[in-house]
Amino acid sequence: MPLITCRNATFAYEGIAAVRDVSFEVTRGDFLCIVGENGSGKSTLMKGLLGLHAPQSGTIEFGGGLRPTGIGYLPQQSAAQKDFPANVREVVLSGRLSSRGLRPFYTSFDRSEAERHMEELGIARLANRSYRELSGGQQQRVLLARALCATESLLLLDEPVAGLDPVATADLYRLIETIRKEQGVTIIMVSHDIRAAVQYGSHILHMHTTQLFYGTTAEYTSSPIGARFLTDTVHAPGNAPIKENVSEKKGGVENACGIG
Amino acid sequence: MLAVLGEMFTYTFMIRAIIVGLLVSLCAALLGVSLVLKRYSMIGDGLSHVGFGSLAIATALHAAPLLVSIPIVVLAAFLLLRLSSSSKIKGDAAIALISTSSLAIGVVVISMTTGMNTDVCNYLFGSILAMSKADVYLSIALGACVLILFVLFYHKILAVTFDETFARATGVPAGAYNMLIALLTALTITLGMRMMGALLISSLIVIPALTSMRLCKSFKTVTIMSAIVSAVCFYIGIVWSYLKATPTGASVVLVNIALFLVFSGTSIYIARRKVSA
Ligand SMILES: Nc1ncnc2c1ncn2[C@@H]1O[C@H](COP(=O)(O)OP(=O)(O)O)[C@@H](O)[C@H]1O
Ligand SMILES: [Mg+2]
Repeated sequence: MPLITCRNATFAYEGIAAVRDVSFEVTRGDFLCIVGENGSGKSTLMKGLLGLHAPQSGTIEFGGGLRPTGIGYLPQQSAAQKDFPANVREVVLSGRLSSRGLRPFYTSFDRSEAERHMEELGIARLANRSYRELSGGQQQRVLLARALCATESLLLLDEPVAGLDPVATADLYRLIETIRKEQGVTIIMVSHDIRAAVQYGSHILHMHTTQLFYGTTAEYTSSPIGARFLTDTVHAPGNAPIKENVSEKKGGVENACGIG
Repeated sequence: MLAVLGEMFTYTFMIRAIIVGLLVSLCAALLGVSLVLKRYSMIGDGLSHVGFGSLAIATALHAAPLLVSIPIVVLAAFLLLRLSSSSKIKGDAAIALISTSSLAIGVVVISMTTGMNTDVCNYLFGSILAMSKADVYLSIALGACVLILFVLFYHKILAVTFDETFARATGVPAGAYNMLIALLTALTITLGMRMMGALLISSLIVIPALTSMRLCKSFKTVTIMSAIVSAVCFYIGIVWSYLKATPTGASVVLVNIALFLVFSGTSIYIARRKVSA
């Protein structure tokens, strides 16, 4: 039984479709990578899956006991967050809110879950550090730990490696693989790094407002569109892996000798 | 000196001003942490100008200031919240538009009725004599509301402030929290405005939050420190204004600024020492 079945879903902003007629299925254990250029509707689709944006037409069904609020979500980071005065433990704990309902305080179980996920992601020793003092790679681990606190079954990652240097990027991908294998968490990841998507993903959804491709990774690499985009990625100047080298300054050094 | 301070507490208007002021400072500081971090500081500023306009109208109608101001400012708060979260309209420009038009309406209403007298000056820069018994009761009720809200919803406020999208995704009704914060901000501003001055009240929202963020590293310490800083600054400010006969609102703001500079200096000093160590 699939966890998510999306049938002909269309999402629009003020009448203009950002995602049109998209259909796919996610089964337990899958690693679905959603690829496509900036503005191709990837984040909008994610918000649709989370129930933050109602579809204009089409349906999204959840199976296997999954609720939209039981999804672990790692949003695209905003600038306001990067200098937020909260410590790591506070941020990770906030992932437990989905199971809290109206109760005002965290239980000791919530706290032990947060500690466990910080251990797993190698950020336990940063628990009392301020979020704004961390490198980009460390911040993403904190947000990943928060997402894990919110779910047992499904992670939605929106451009988790954006702005990370190659070392931190490789670290994060490895970590995501480990989580998937050891905890059996199903993963949907948005990325415009097509090579990583092909390397790690079990399924690919290629977006361009409509869906250009949906199928297994093997089908994608042998399809004409997959072949074309995979060779393009190596040369295109604006693609993710090349940008990542320059866009992060302080994170690189700290991360290389920090966690990993 | 001590005798003078003792004498201060024999005046009913001083006791009222201190009670209302401390509670308003506390509420403003707590709400301010969330507003500043969400980049909503301009809402506080906009609301205080709307407050000025509403005070002018209340005077013209010979109505109780709070009865007229509270509904108008609360309405404006919801409007401003809508504007600043809407992607279509330039939020900050819309706030500037509302601020200046309220100011203009207020000035015209006053000049047509009572004339440009000391009232205007009091509305703009505050008057310590303005606090009535009703203000005292209202500020105690408001203070209690804000404190209870903060304790009960602390974790959700943190989540909504840090990452609204994630909070929504986990089922927290972020929109309702935003409205609640806007509502309490409107009440705080309306209450504090006549004492602190329409032009100065928003400093109570912004400065303590900024001050505590210079040194504190967690949301909990930022929130607590901000409340302490705000209350202490208010008390020093009002005592100073009593001793030196300076305007209360402006004195409190100056003490806040001084503490902000001290905290900034300390944080720079700590950073330097870390680098050299
Ligand atoms: N809040 C919004 N209001 C209006 N249009 C939006 C909004 N968010 C995104 N869009 C538009 O929807 C399209 C898809 O955006 P998005 O899903 O963020 O793309 P991606 O994540 O693939 O870069 C873009 O054209 C963007 O301009
Ligand atoms: Mg996106």
